[in-house]
Amino acid sequence: MIEIKGVHKSFGDLEVLKGIDLDVKKGEVVSIIGASGSGKSTLLYCINAIEAINGGKILVDGVDVHDKNTDKNQLRQNLGMVFQQWNSFPHLTVLENAALAPQVVKGFSKEKAEEIATKELTHVGLGDKLHEYPTKMSGGQQQRLAIARALAMDPPYMLFDEVTSALDPELVGEVLDTLRLLRDDGMTMICVTHEIAFAKEVSDKVAFFHKGLIEEMGTPQQVLENPQKERTKQFLSKVL
Amino acid sequence: MNLFTPISWNDAGFILTGVLNTVYISVIAIFFGTILGLVLGFARAEGNKIVNMCLGGVLDILKSVPLIIQLILFSTFIGAMGYPLEPFVAGSIILSLYTMAFMVEVFRSGFDNVPAATKKAARSLGMSYWQTVRHISIPIGMRSVLPSWIGVGLSVIKDSALVSVIGYMELLRTAEQLISRSQQAVMILVGVGLFYFLISYPLSLYGKYIERKMTR
Amino acid sequence: MDSYNFHWNVVWDAFPQLLGGAFTTLHVSVLSMLVGIVAAVFLALGKMSNSKILSLLSSIWIELSRNTPALFLIYMAYFGLGAYGIHLSPYLSVFAALVFVNGGYLAETFRGGFQSIPPTQYNAARSLGMNRVQAYRHIILPQMFRRIYHPMTNQFIWSILMSSLGILVGMNDLSGETQRLQSSSFRTLEFFIVAAAMYYVIAKLVLFAAHLVSKRVFKGELS
Repeated sequence: MIEIKGVHKSFGDLEVLKGIDLDVKKGEVVSIIGASGSGKSTLLYCINAIEAINGGKILVDGVDVHDKNTDKNQLRQNLGMVFQQWNSFPHLTVLENAALAPQVVKGFSKEKAEEIATKELTHVGLGDKLHEYPTKMSGGQQQRLAIARALAMDPPYMLFDEVTSALDPELVGEVLDTLRLLRDDGMTMICVTHEIAFAKEVSDKVAFFHKGLIEEMGTPQQVLENPQKERTKQFLSKVL
Repeated sequence: MNLFTPISWNDAGFILTGVLNTVYISVIAIFFGTILGLVLGFARAEGNKIVNMCLGGVLDILKSVPLIIQLILFSTFIGAMGYPLEPFVAGSIILSLYTMAFMVEVFRSGFDNVPAATKKAARSLGMSYWQTVRHISIPIGMRSVLPSWIGVGLSVIKDSALVSVIGYMELLRTAEQLISRSQQAVMILVGVGLFYFLISYPLSLYGKYIERKMTR
Repeated sequence: MDSYNFHWNVVWDAFPQLLGGAFTTLHVSVLSMLVGIVAAVFLALGKMSNSKILSLLSSIWIELSRNTPALFLIYMAYFGLGAYGIHLSPYLSVFAALVFVNGGYLAETFRGGFQSIPPTQYNAARSLGMNRVQAYRHIILPQMFRRIYHPMTNQFIWSILMSSLGILVGMNDLSGETQRLQSSSFRTLEFFIVAAAMYYVIAKLVLFAAHLVSKRVFKGELS
């Protein structure tokens, strides 16, 4: 379970998160929507300890993420993360991309790591690209590689940061299909997304961020079809 | 009595010593220059402002004082301090440091070319800082530096000619001695030039080739 | 450790001579740079020309200058030409070698700078009604100059530092003067420390001046 309690985060004078409370239970899919600059992505970075926080607490399975005694590298193994830009490792083949972290972080043998990587890559539909270099692939394929790369660490949680925003429109579908696949596997996921229809379809819970606060949260039906707050209505009318 | 003696086959061994010495000191300078350059280049790319200022200052001196002056100064200095060194040793030290000064920039730009987002992605997989350096930053950074590394290496081979000034018997110095003995300057010099050219030109073509391959 | 007693007086007494040497150093560097630039323009044009012979001749010059030591070229000018009865002074030998090298290196710089300007820039200029000359004068050359400015500065610094090879043929540049002065006074260390400092200062001053000029000249975005 991921527990986010009153989290504050500032960049210099700019307060990006002004007290966020959010619980994500095992097996839940939570989508975070909201305008650019509302702090959605920053929250993901804070959960993964890539960014420090200025107040509050984030617990992952009871472990305080920002406690200085917490082994951040250990923690990140439990939190798979996929970014807006896929960040493939250009010097490694598709298979090596996904097999690297299991080898060097978990200390698996090359064979075992490649076996796991092959399984995950096949799962996301890249089974026929194992020995190609990622720079030769489309953005959609590279993004699926990034997902498989994270999955190869066998994390109980996955964080998705606007994973379709940098893609050409015709490539969005294949990546969303991959996310649906993960939902069907029972993966716990937090998705920061601009795809409202997708959020409605896959989420157990939707949180609408506005200026560093959760303005409205609930089931997709509550938040997306029957919003109570004026700002949520305005935002939805703009994006739908 | 004839003051000058024409060059003969006996001189081939003499010239060959020069050739080998040139290759020898170049390889040593490139080897140590590369290792030191890699370490300091990393320090410059990842280090804070103070590290950068200190390093930059020292490297700047190595790059802004003529190599020949550095060689004379160093060998005179250690001599005056009572620790005279063989020309080969003194030459190797200075040529390695000189090479290092240029290699640092080569490697620094290599490390700077690794996108921060890629390093972040590696960290998000649970890789530690040093694992990320070892498996991501070095392999990605080093790919892009090969052409400029070759460039620096080639200029080291050429600059190694200057170590003759402190008495190291490299190719150009053996040639100069043969010239003053035999007075057959053109023939000897053409041979020497050909030697440098035949080493340097193919390597420079190879450097250009991989550079083209990369930008495509 | 033996104690070495530094004696600086003799160096200060000789300072005017050192300054004279520094002037010669600058003199030969500037001149070889200017002539080298002219040579480089012709070499770059020659290499890009359709004529096979021109292109080949330019390539030979360029590759020879880039793939042989500068000291070799100085010896070539000093000893090599001497064998044909052409006796160049130390100054002219160093000057000729530096021109040869500067020409070769700058030719490649110029060619690279020229080829880095996208052809669309030229077409865009022509589409605005500029003629060929205007397009080069206002669009192509200014952009090209920005890209080659920095490498040209580096080449100039290189010329200053490499002119120190004059010491090996008895030229009266900064290093040659230093050599002459130390051999008559035996204060080798002092003289070469001062010479090193002077080269450093000259190199820094040139860089600083180049920086000032670039700030004045390049007003827009540096690409």
